[in-house]
Amino acid sequence: MAGIEIGGYSLDGSVAGAGPPLLFLHGGDYVAQNAPILGRLARHWQVTAPRHPGSGHSPLPDGFRTIHDLAYLYLDWLDQQPDGPVLLVGSSFGGWLALEICVRSVAKIAALVLIDSLGIKFGGREERDIADVYALPEDEVRRRTFVDPARVLPDYATLGDDELLAIARDRQAATLYGWRPYMHDPGLRRWLHRVRVPALVLWGENDGIVTPDYGRRLCAALPNARFEAIAQSGHYPQIERPDAVAAAIERFAATEVRR
Amino acid sequence: MNRGQAMKVWHFSEMAYHPAWPQLDQSYRVTVPNRFYDPKIGADLYHRYLDEWALCDELGINIMTNEHHATATCSDSVCTIPMAILARETKKVRLLALGMPVGNRNDPIRVAEEYSMIDVISRGRLEMGFVKGVPFEISPANTNPAELGERFWEAHDLILKAMTSHDGPFNWEGTHFQYRSVNVWPRPYQEPHPPVWTPVGSPGSAIEAAARGITIGVLNTGWARTPAIFAAYRNKAREVGREPRPDQLAYMALIGVGNTREEGRRRADQILDYSRTSGIVAPQFANPPGYVSAQAAAQLLKTGGAMAARATRVQTRDGRPITPRTMTVEEAIDAGLSFAGTPDDVFDQLRAFYDHVGGFGHLLMMGQGGRIGHEDTVANLTLFSKEVLPRLAELG
Repeated sequence: MAGIEIGGYSLDGSVAGAGPPLLFLHGGDYVAQNAPILGRLARHWQVTAPRHPGSGHSPLPDGFRTIHDLAYLYLDWLDQQPDGPVLLVGSSFGGWLALEICVRSVAKIAALVLIDSLGIKFGGREERDIADVYALPEDEVRRRTFVDPARVLPDYATLGDDELLAIARDRQAATLYGWRPYMHDPGLRRWLHRVRVPALVLWGENDGIVTPDYGRRLCAALPNARFEAIAQSGHYPQIERPDAVAAAIERFAATEVRR
Repeated sequence: MNRGQAMKVWHFSEMAYHPAWPQLDQSYRVTVPNRFYDPKIGADLYHRYLDEWALCDELGINIMTNEHHATATCSDSVCTIPMAILARETKKVRLLALGMPVGNRNDPIRVAEEYSMIDVISRGRLEMGFVKGVPFEISPANTNPAELGERFWEAHDLILKAMTSHDGPFNWEGTHFQYRSVNVWPRPYQEPHPPVWTPVGSPGSAIEAAARGITIGVLNTGWARTPAIFAAYRNKAREVGREPRPDQLAYMALIGVGNTREEGRRRADQILDYSRTSGIVAPQFANPPGYVSAQAAAQLLKTGGAMAARATRVQTRDGRPITPRTMTVEEAIDAGLSFAGTPDDVFDQLRAFYDHVGGFGHLLMMGQGGRIGHEDTVANLTLFSKEVLPRLAELG
C-alpha cells in the first residue's frame, strides 16, 4: 500500500515516474490490470493512481456514499499539487468521476482524457445507455468488456486472500456509488459545458458496455474534445492495448496540454 | 409472552404459482415473464391457499405469510394482503408476517400503517416480521445492495418509533429516510407494539437480532447449520443481559403427516418441490456486490461464486452436500429440513431435532408447498393438529 494522503485519509494506490503530474482514476473492476498502462505513462509523467475510497484496501470514510464525495476528495488533492496543472485520466467509472470533478473546477487541470467513460444519460427512460453488468450473465459481461477475455481475466482461484478482498471491495464500492441511478448522474449532462479544458475521448471500438456511439455523443457534448477509437479493444482499451492508449495520450499531450 | 407454554406452530405457504413450473428451466425468478401467469388459475390458487389458512383458526395452528417478487415460486408479493383478509376471517390464531422487506420498501411509514391496521382489525393478533430479503429480491426492488443492511435497520427503528409515538408528529431526517411529520394512524392494538421477528441464516445475523431482543426464524438451515445459529443467539442475549427464551427461536420445517408412513412421505415429497425450485435463479442475481461482506465475497470469488456455495449449503447429518433440485424426502429428513411420515414419525423426528439444537419455541410448519393439492393440505394440517400438536408439551 503506497498510502496516498488525501484529506486526512490514506488511500491505497501507487505513485510512479517523474515529470508533470498525472492523476489516473480507475474503473469499477480490473484495477490491478492497469499496471502496464501506469508503467508506460510513468515514462513521461509522475503518475498518481489512488484506489478510490472503499475500493482495494482504501478505507471508506464515514458517510461516503455518492460519487460527489469522491469528486470533492480528489478536488482537495488537486488543490494540494505544487507542480502545476494535472493531466486527469479516467477510465469507465473513473471517467464519470473525472467529469464530476471537471464540472466543479478545472482550475488545477491541464487536460482531460476519458477512456470509455460512464456517467451521462443520453437515451430515453426506457433505453439503457450502459449495459447492466449486474443483470447480464457473467460470461456475456466478460465478452462485452474484453475482445479476448481469456487473455485478461485473472484466475481467481489462484489469487491470494489479500488480492481477492481488494477485488471484492472494488466491486462493492462501485455498487455503492453507481447502483442507482445506474452508473450515471441524471443532472451531469446539463453542466458538461463547464469542462473547459482540452479533452481526448478514447474508446475501445469493441466496447459492449458503452458503445463507441455513446463515446461520440459524449465527445460532442464537451466544449473542446476530440474522439479517437482504439482498435481491437473493449471497455478497458488501456488494459488490452496499453501501448496504443499511451501513444494516443502522449500525442494529445504534446499538442494540446498547457503547461 | 408464552414462557412455559408448549411450542407454537405456524402454518406457512409461499402460495406457489406452480402451474408455470413445467415451462421454466434455468430460472424461476427475476426475469421470468408474467405471461406464464394465468390470472384465472391464480385467483383459484389464492382462494384455496386462503381457505387453508382460514382452516387453521379451527385447528389451533397459527398463520405465517411471507413475500417474494417477480417469481413463480411465490405468488404472495405483498405479505400483508393475505394477512389483511385473514385478520377478519380468523378469530383466534396469531398472524405472523415474516415478513416485510423493510430495507427494500421505499416508505417505512406505509409499513407501520399496514401493520398497525392489521393489528387493530385482528384485535392484537399480529406478529410483525422485518426481513432483509434474499439476494434475488434486490433487482426487483432496485435497492442498493451495498446499503441494504443500513437501510434495513434505519427502517426498523423508524417503524417502531412511529408505532410507539402517541403525542403527535415527530421529525425524521435520517440517512435513507426523511419525513417532516411522522404521525401514524391507527396506533397498534398491542402495547407497546406487535412482537418483532426477523429471519436469519447465519450466526452473524442471529447476533444482530439477539442484541435487540428480536425473535428469529431460521429457515432451511437444517441439522448441520442450525445449532451454531441458535447458540450464537443465546450467547449474545446473555452477553447483553437478557436470558434468552425459547419463544425467541423459531425453526421452519417441511412437514408431511399421513395415516401411514407412505402417505406422510408422499405429502412431504410434494411439499419438497418448494426446496427443489426456490433456489433456481440466474447466477448473476444470486450475489449482487455488497449483499454479503467483502470478506465473504472474496471467498466466493475463490470458490466459484454464490451458486456453487448455495449448491453445497444443504447437507446431510454427516456433512454430505445434497443437491436441492433433486433432493429426496429421505435426504430432507436426514438433513433436518423435513419431518415426515406417521404422526409418531413426525414427533420423533421433531424431538430429535429439538434436542440436537437445544430447543426452540416456535415451529414454522410448511404444511403447504410446491404442488401438494388442497385435499392433501387440509388432511395434512388436520392430522397434524389432532395427532402431533397435543404432544408438543412433551418437548423441553
